[in-house]
Amino acid sequence: MKKLTGAEILLRSLREEGVDTLFGYPGGAVIDIYDRLVRVDIKHVLVRHEQGAVHAADGYARTSGRVGVCLVTSGPGATNTVTGIATAYMDSIPVVVLTGQVSSGLIGNDAFQEVDIVGITRPCTKHNYLVTDIEDLSRVVKEAFYLARSGRPGPVLIDLPKDVMTMTAPYRPGKRIKLRSYQPTHRPNLRQLDKVVRLVKEAKSPLILAGGGVVLSKAAGELTRFAKKIEAPVTATLMGLGVFPAQDPLWLGMLGMHGTYRANMATSRCDLLIAVGVRFDDRVAGKADTFASQANIVHIDIDPSSIRKNVPVSIPVVGDCRLALKILNDLLEKEKLNGIREVRVPWLGQIEEWKSAKPLAYEQDRVIKPQYVIESLYKLTRGEAVVTTEVGQNQMWAAQYYHFDKPNSFITSGGLGCMGFGLPAAIGAQVARPDEMVVDIAGDGSIQMNIQEMATAVQYRLPIKIVLLNNRYLGMVRQWQELFYDRCYACTGMDHAPDFVKLAEAYGAAGLRATRPEEVEPVLKEGLSLDKPTLMDFLVEKEEMVYPMVPAGAPITEMLLV
Amino acid sequence: MGQTKEERHILSVLVENQPGVLSRVAGLFSGRGFNIESLCVAESTDPLVSRMTIVTIGDLGMVEQIKKQLNKLVNVIKVVDFTGTDFVQRELALIKVRARPENRAEVLRMVDIFRCQVVDVGAESYTVEMTGDEGKISAFLNLLKPMGIKEIARTGALALAREKK
Ligand SMILES: Cc1ncc(C[n+]2csc(CCOP(=O)(O)OP(=O)(O)O)c2C)c(N)n1
Ligand SMILES: [Mg+2]
Repeated sequence: MKKLTGAEILLRSLREEGVDTLFGYPGGAVIDIYDRLVRVDIKHVLVRHEQGAVHAADGYARTSGRVGVCLVTSGPGATNTVTGIATAYMDSIPVVVLTGQVSSGLIGNDAFQEVDIVGITRPCTKHNYLVTDIEDLSRVVKEAFYLARSGRPGPVLIDLPKDVMTMTAPYRPGKRIKLRSYQPTHRPNLRQLDKVVRLVKEAKSPLILAGGGVVLSKAAGELTRFAKKIEAPVTATLMGLGVFPAQDPLWLGMLGMHGTYRANMATSRCDLLIAVGVRFDDRVAGKADTFASQANIVHIDIDPSSIRKNVPVSIPVVGDCRLALKILNDLLEKEKLNGIREVRVPWLGQIEEWKSAKPLAYEQDRVIKPQYVIESLYKLTRGEAVVTTEVGQNQMWAAQYYHFDKPNSFITSGGLGCMGFGLPAAIGAQVARPDEMVVDIAGDGSIQMNIQEMATAVQYRLPIKIVLLNNRYLGMVRQWQELFYDRCYACTGMDHAPDFVKLAEAYGAAGLRATRPEEVEPVLKEGLSLDKPTLMDFLVEKEEMVYPMVPAGAPITEMLLV
Repeated sequence: MGQTKEERHILSVLVENQPGVLSRVAGLFSGRGFNIESLCVAESTDPLVSRMTIVTIGDLGMVEQIKKQLNKLVNVIKVVDFTGTDFVQRELALIKVRARPENRAEVLRMVDIFRCQVVDVGAESYTVEMTGDEGKISAFLNLLKPMGIKEIARTGALALAREKK
């Protein structure tokens, strides 16, 4: 059999997994891989910082539903990926990170650009590998992709010593995966689902809570069918936005710290909460022992460790969200639900009351309101853009005012809350969906954390749009300081920022600015129509607040409202 | 989640015998704030599989999380909680106790009563090997204490389920 180098085996194995794009950055330890990479049919996107490579692979994964892949060198290249890996880990995103490593004989010697990246990333990867034998290589790649995308997805790292990449061996494709120690429960227990059906039939005021797991298991269609069948209102976590059409009358908006009044109220008053693919993060549940205290809680999730971690659950259902919902829908087919509409009248009426009492609101006067920018963006893109966000107020306004109808269209760092995510994620999203409008809703602080990726967008002609809500503050932290720290704005001023329009131009992108409300729409129209990366700088109200807000640790009904 | 009564649990964990597995398990406990009272690990009947015996303390909710999180590690094959089941538990201790001429006889008498063994004799001390469950070992240590215990090495608990009758 013809022998291949480790680098060639790696690339063959990646092709076997259907990889067509790598986001990466070269260096000594991976130079052999790069030397082969340019000769095969895999596109490489050269980022400007390795953190950007992971976020881009992550954005690619979130928008395509496939595994995102990145490739970096050893030492500093590897450590630069850690924030990106932790981001993907917290949101359960399938990413495979390939890191170079010093030659196996040098490992442990504090060699040049050596770090123990497997040790460093153990707690923030789903699994990781150090390949010391070329014979293991194709199997490890196959396993890594399988682990990344199956069960509860997550990032997997493969550390590749330089000598393994240059030695040769015959290529043997990885065999079918059978891991005795890893067998996620895909099929839910039918008896548990029967109990759910019974509870659904008895419930007067049910509520569905959808999370990122619904997106990951591609269950949006089943979820929507389920909700309509049982006439139950739907709320979602930040990660779940888009799984239920925001236009539907049953939609309540987001739940949690910056959730809508009606979603938070409905959660505390419902008698049955059907939670699908969520993990009851503290930003969602607030004070956990008061959360949905009048409800039986049904919790459907593929990860048993998510169940009963933060809130008590009456009926746990371990399994794939889509399959569980599909079976529930099938079971409900056999039930007579014709009276259900009348039963729901008081509950839906109550929700309507909450909605009109305290809708999301702001007033647009002489200074541009950030909410107005998002609403205008929503209008001009007809709600069809793929939106990524940075972190802070910009992220929450995006969640509240861009009304998502489709899954995989709201791309945000939920669990880690990682500033600097939005721009590289937008790059990955645009690579995955070249024909769609991709917009990064950004803050002036966050955008500076990975601003260097402007160069990547320009180089690959990715016409992403950055909508910068420039409040000259680390706004979300300032908001906490205003509310809970006597307005002591310690180190949250951002007045020393670059001229973002000039900066965009310096990168070879387009830059536009709006300083008055009447300029918002024209700037958006022009910016959205340009066929190149474009940064739109909106000078918004400096001290605007995100409302509603539930103070950290309080019950979610204790909302500060406008 | 509000269940407060803390209990001691002995977990028997079968893991793949691979580099890094111990650190994955230990890191899980430290990273999530779980307690480890003792942990011992060695090959099982299958050379590809190791058995870890972990003694931990926590309320029901925490122990449930510990087991779920352990199961979630890709290299963990099986987790068994012996608490509330029929099992045998043993620990090995090596104890170096001061043995001056005037108390040598006393030490030997206790070694005899507790059915241990002296495995090393020095001018100043005896080293005693003992196996037993927690209670037996601590009772023995309490009795030796007045004579002066110089050093102790303990394995931590090992456990296996009893055969079903
Ligand atoms: C990497 C990182 N560092 C710090 C924080 C803490 N933090 C959360 S929001 C925020 C302010 C973000 O400012 P900006 O990007 O301007 O957004 P704004 O809230 O003003 O819309 C900060 C500093 C974080 N989330 N991520
Ligand atoms: Mg800001």
